[in-house]
Amino acid sequence: MTDVSQSPLHRPAVHESAHGHVTGSARYVDDLPEPAGMLHGLPVGSPVARGRLVARRAERALALPGVHAVLFAADVPGHNRIGPIVHDEPLLAEDEVFAEGQTVALVLGDSVAACRAGARALELEFEELPAILTVEEALRAGALLCPPHEMCRGDVAAAMARATVVVAGELHTGGQDHFYLETQASLAIPGEDDTIHLESSTQHPTEVQIACSEVLGCPRNQIVVAVPRMGGGFGGKESQASQFAALAALAARRTGRPVKVWLSRDLDMTMTGKRHPFWSRYRAGLDDRGRLLALEVEIVADGGWSVDLSPAILDRGMFHLDNGYFVPNLHFVGKAVRTNKASNTAFRGFGGPQGMAVIEEVLSRAAERLGLDPAEIRRRNYYGDCPDEHAPGNMVEVPVPEDEQTSMGASVISLVRARCLTPYYQEVPHCRLPRIHAELLARCDWDARRAEVAAWNARSPWQKRGLGFMPVKFGISFTNTMLNQAGALVLVYADGSVQLNHGGTEMGQGLHTKMLAVCAHELGVPTAQIRCMTTATDKVPNTSATAASSGSDLNGMAVQRACAEIRERVRPVAAELLGAAPEAVQFVGGAAVGPDGRRVPWSELARTAWMRRVSLSAAGYYATPNIAYDRTTGRGKPFHYFAYGAAAVEVEVSGLTGEHRLLRVDILHDVGSSLVPTIDIGQIEGGFIQGVGWVTGEELVWDAKGKLLTHGPSTYKIPAIGDCPAIFNVALLERAEQDSTIHGSKAVGEPPLMLGLGVISALRQAVAAFGPGEVELAIPCTPEAILRAVVRQRAAAVTRAADAAE
Amino acid sequence: MSILRFHLNDRPIEDAEVPPTTTLLNYLRQRAHLTGTKEGCAEGDCGACTVVVLDAETDPAAPRFRAVNACLMFVPMVQGRRVYTVEGLRQNGALHPVQAAMVERLGSQCGYCTPGVVMSAFEACYREDLREPWQLDDQMCGNLCRCTGYRPIRDAVHLVAGTCPEDIFNRQRAEARPAALEFVRASEGRCYLQPTDLEALWAAIAERPRARLVCGGTDLALLVTQRYQDLPELIALEGVPELRGVGRGADGWFEIGATTTLTDLEAACMGPLRPLTPLLRILRYFASRQIKHRATVGGNLCNASPIGDLAPALIALGAQVVLRSAAGARTLPLDQFFLAYRKTALQPGEVLAAVRVPEPSTGARMGAYKVSKRRELDISAVAAGLYVETCPEGLVTEVRAAFGGMAATPARARGLEAALRGRPWTEANVEAALPALAADFKPMSDHRGSAWFRGQVAENLVRGFYLETAATPRPDLPPRPAATVRLEVVQ
Repeated sequence: MTDVSQSPLHRPAVHESAHGHVTGSARYVDDLPEPAGMLHGLPVGSPVARGRLVARRAERALALPGVHAVLFAADVPGHNRIGPIVHDEPLLAEDEVFAEGQTVALVLGDSVAACRAGARALELEFEELPAILTVEEALRAGALLCPPHEMCRGDVAAAMARATVVVAGELHTGGQDHFYLETQASLAIPGEDDTIHLESSTQHPTEVQIACSEVLGCPRNQIVVAVPRMGGGFGGKESQASQFAALAALAARRTGRPVKVWLSRDLDMTMTGKRHPFWSRYRAGLDDRGRLLALEVEIVADGGWSVDLSPAILDRGMFHLDNGYFVPNLHFVGKAVRTNKASNTAFRGFGGPQGMAVIEEVLSRAAERLGLDPAEIRRRNYYGDCPDEHAPGNMVEVPVPEDEQTSMGASVISLVRARCLTPYYQEVPHCRLPRIHAELLARCDWDARRAEVAAWNARSPWQKRGLGFMPVKFGISFTNTMLNQAGALVLVYADGSVQLNHGGTEMGQGLHTKMLAVCAHELGVPTAQIRCMTTATDKVPNTSATAASSGSDLNGMAVQRACAEIRERVRPVAAELLGAAPEAVQFVGGAAVGPDGRRVPWSELARTAWMRRVSLSAAGYYATPNIAYDRTTGRGKPFHYFAYGAAAVEVEVSGLTGEHRLLRVDILHDVGSSLVPTIDIGQIEGGFIQGVGWVTGEELVWDAKGKLLTHGPSTYKIPAIGDCPAIFNVALLERAEQDSTIHGSKAVGEPPLMLGLGVISALRQAVAAFGPGEVELAIPCTPEAILRAVVRQRAAAVTRAADAAE
Repeated sequence: MSILRFHLNDRPIEDAEVPPTTTLLNYLRQRAHLTGTKEGCAEGDCGACTVVVLDAETDPAAPRFRAVNACLMFVPMVQGRRVYTVEGLRQNGALHPVQAAMVERLGSQCGYCTPGVVMSAFEACYREDLREPWQLDDQMCGNLCRCTGYRPIRDAVHLVAGTCPEDIFNRQRAEARPAALEFVRASEGRCYLQPTDLEALWAAIAERPRARLVCGGTDLALLVTQRYQDLPELIALEGVPELRGVGRGADGWFEIGATTTLTDLEAACMGPLRPLTPLLRILRYFASRQIKHRATVGGNLCNASPIGDLAPALIALGAQVVLRSAAGARTLPLDQFFLAYRKTALQPGEVLAAVRVPEPSTGARMGAYKVSKRRELDISAVAAGLYVETCPEGLVTEVRAAFGGMAATPARARGLEAALRGRPWTEANVEAALPALAADFKPMSDHRGSAWFRGQVAENLVRGFYLETAATPRPDLPPRPAATVRLEVVQ
């Protein structure tokens, strides 16, 4: 049981909504009682990937029973164009459509069934136009979504010339559907004075508010957006909840009735964007010990039909091309291209996984060429703290001016010498990867298991095992500096009960659980006395998305400040009641406690403070200090700090069918001083498995005309329980307090997802055991991809045996 | 005109108005206002809608809870039965042990899959046959969770599985009596008929010749939930006891009633049908527990999908189908039942009544395999049923090699069989015969795999079958295999 005399910080806790989850009483947008007169709204998407919309007629649909209205672009009173960075997405299609599933019309009816009948009866005519469906086609057509982004340092050509090993190639990483269990949903309720109240399943209530106000052509103060909770988000409800909320708001304004827009799974998967597929071309030079000398990468993100968040996702991809490794000489070019597919969007990792996949491919291939252990080659390239055997001798040969400074004022040449300068000129102070590496290898018995796996493989002709390794360094902050701000509003009632409002949204990640702990700690009250309220734009305005792993970092600081303000206001009252000096009063265990141990219960303190006319509500605000990035020069300090982790992954592969199984996974992850360790463990495990899904079974397939074929769980396979390894050890790095964050904690939402790339490292090891030669393993590593790679290795083994016989 | 009657969390429901093709999920959420049960996909593949039905009809001596997908059931399918949803588990305000375990182990994050997880775990809680760790994964594989990575869910289920607490649910289970399944609702041009014996079935079919037959509905319901089709006339087979259950004919053949569910078949394969080991292997990765509780042997064969998992295994075992009508019965080898893509030999008025399987001869080698993108709850890219008998001299005397996913119907690889027959069962001869397989099939490419993949896997399954049965003719499937063929390591 929780000891109420102690703070809930840094202690295990269950999820604050767990009782609601397991009893079915936790409500999501689609579960809310439906207001009288409510209509259902069904978006109707384009059936073609690109075409001119030559006719749209609704008469037949409107004649059907239960169909009330059909809305087209012309029905939008304000701006029809929405979008998080650039307003380039028609809410309802205008003259042309740019992707299958792009919304053309909204059918309003008494029931979802009536809407579906209405949708079938709509007469929409398209003149099909040629579509761009791949990154390569888009590059040829020069269809860029934003200006290219470039980072460079040193002399790549000279360093390549000195390299012992050069690996070059192309890498495709696939998209990934979010597959949040709760699909997109919004309920708009019209009020007096043309106001709209929205209940929306969104990670970004402020953006929903903005989109609705622009579509309706009204000021933002007429729109209130509330988020009860989400049944998963993972980035898919950061920017893309807006259009469905705006459709609901539009329909509510047009009909004067409440309107719910809810998507079936197939509609959701067809209409909404996914993780960006990336294509890259790389060339890397390494020395004889496997240390990176130079890296040249062209990386291209498939943005789909509109800009959405693609520029920021591309940027984060480039910020993570180094992962945890010092790259002395480099040239990175990044592009985001426009294709005629659903507009790709934020997804846990936000480009980071796609960037890291490239450097991991480079190191895996180099290790296989050099005969190095996959963990060892990575260790030799970590930032800073370089062990003796690779003293920075050759690193001085990076030609940067002696007097060049980073944005933080340090000398570039000294940071390069110390191997702790990123490609974007941010210092990496105290890289924790060497420590994590050593501790994880010891924990998981790496060396002995390497030997066991080799011995097992020698006895097993048709099944092979592989032991892979994956470290992660992930930059924490929105790379658009402006977004790094948050607010909170804390209300204490005169009975001592507390309402906590903050700008973050709860999508399952445990943000509210952590915020309750911060609030309880600051006020010295038990969490049971605090209610974390529905996130709403009329409580905390102008919020940023709950995204970029930043929810706890930003909102935690804001909550702390709001609570501290109230606490300091009541401190004199407490001091008087206790007959103590104000600075001697402690707030702990649900009471104010004097130096002599006398206690005034928090409820009594609140009542007294109210009677003395002390304000018991306060807003808190936080903005991350000292961050800035200049995209034109490719330099700056985009991140407040870095989160670290590493995974050791063992797999078994069938050489007959290409199937594989995770046998054992060990993870050691750095979350600083965890706010709530049980929540963080859950994020790490869940993130890892989601990352595994991305690189293994989750394969998106389109037909030749750009129609998505994998639009439901029968065809799109996210991990099931059997994909969770039988042995799954997850530990938090101890003694890891982080400077200048909320109670020394670190962000945890995204970084563990990339640990899933460790499966590729392990699979490559297993595939390599089937025969000689370089492993060619496509991503995602489906049974087919693995079988192709195995067949190649086995053929090489046969050839080699034949050669040896001659 | 029947009234829909069932118990919902101990509350009696009577409803004379609900359209019979209303799914149980929509009924719960929209008419009963129980929104705990969620829609995640409406195709039985995510499990968020899982509820539990108390089944006393299959075996009145041992009533059992069955977790099912509410999205794939029409409301008349629970006629007379007891249905439990996540809202009904708390007793006197206290969490059910399953719910408590999920809270304590942090088995929920976003919570949207959680009601379904809780209900699958609820079934596990009262199961008395859970012994192996893999059975927990089998129990839970129909519940997708996108947040937790499953480890805490596995831990929570492990805590409660098989504990059978002495509570009201256990009492209700013990006291359950077979329900009166009869349900009739008909109006002009529309009907839902659930006859309770063969005579009534023939009468219903005669009266409504255009009606579609339905039993578990796990495939048919998709027409309603995914294609938004109207199914105006349905005749349900679930209430006809003559079509259900397993037994042994006078000639010693095993007989499996067409409406036997896959979980009942699975249980039978560990009991009276034990000689049919390959069926157990294919059933293990057939589908989720929820689907297997409703899906039937006959349904899997009659939908005649080229990727139905039972057909290749049953064809390899030499199965026959018994087709009955009001006029009588006829028997057909199963491999002649499939005429073309989704077309069977069933004549109007005929019903697939049973599958007959001969007892495999001693020493016969048998294997059944399935390869899919995901091991659990996925549809085959390739499925194979393989059967080889050899004479004392070691020559192959009987061989049946049947494949799913390789052609428009489940089909035998006649060329491969011919190349193997009459020759010694050796690795060299298997290798020599394999090129014939490439001539037997020209598989298609789709999102489940390319033609190359299907061809290569089909070949490798035959290889794997040889290697796997070289030492043991009927190897058991080991727990948690990495792959459909799991060869022992050479010591």
